[in-house]
Amino acid sequence: MNGRAVRLGLGLVTLALMLIALYMVFVYVPTEADQGIVQRIFYFHVPCALVAFASFALVAIAGVFYLWLGQQVWDDLGYAAAETGMVFCTLVLVTGSIWAKPIWGAWWTWDSRLTTTLILWLLYGGYLMLRAMAGDSEQGARFGAVVGIVAAIDVPIVIVSVRLWRTIHPAVLVTRQGGHGLEDPRMVATLLVSLAAFTALFIWILCLRFVTLRMRTRLGALARSLALAEAAAQDS
Amino acid sequence: MDNLSYLFVAYTVIFAVIFGYVLFIWRRQVALEAELRAMEARMRALDEAAGAGKAAESRAGS
Repeated sequence: MNGRAVRLGLGLVTLALMLIALYMVFVYVPTEADQGIVQRIFYFHVPCALVAFASFALVAIAGVFYLWLGQQVWDDLGYAAAETGMVFCTLVLVTGSIWAKPIWGAWWTWDSRLTTTLILWLLYGGYLMLRAMAGDSEQGARFGAVVGIVAAIDVPIVIVSVRLWRTIHPAVLVTRQGGHGLEDPRMVATLLVSLAAFTALFIWILCLRFVTLRMRTRLGALARSLALAEAAAQDS
Repeated sequence: MDNLSYLFVAYTVIFAVIFGYVLFIWRRQVALEAELRAMEARMRALDEAAGAGKAAESRAGS
């Protein structure tokens, strides 16, 4: 089975899981008593956050391997993960803001969870800007790997921020003293299915982006050897 | 805006951003594939020209 068929299969699995998740979010799961219908944003907001965290962890892992082994494939993986993570992190901030307006009465508040997430977004935004400015240089890849590793320190801080500081952000996976996020088992099931759908979506998008970056690397190598061959042909 | 509108906007944003990003990757991939094919064709043409040149040289030598 070739790579194209694997990516197509993964895309179809993602589509099926996403349709099931949508059915569960809008039909199956009961409406939350306090927040009402707007609480349903949470079933896609939380998976987006978890997938973004996984992306940034992958950037750090790929960065370590790139600095250690110096192989281009690790740089391409890190770059693809950073870009994919940024997309999901942007969705986390936007959907969180849309949820906050009717619940808190404000689009944004400088809450610890929100602030640390914004810092995470800015850090990886900086990583992508650095990569865009550095082009395909080896130095840019090395600096990017270091930034990717350092920026990943913020991921555990975002996760435990609801424990470390006073916050109004709801705790779902990390519970505060006596706090509990999901009471109904249908809510838990919906969150898990959404998480599976977003994990599949993340892997699919990451594969697509990674393949594109590998193609770009191959094109660069081919352009260099073509230039050499053309110069040799002109000399002879 | 009522709560249903917030829910609608949130899910619309999610799918619009994901669709936009996948479209961006797909277009980039198509462009790179075309570029790669063109470059491979140029490489093959160069190899063939070099091969023909060598054959002509060996004929002239003999």
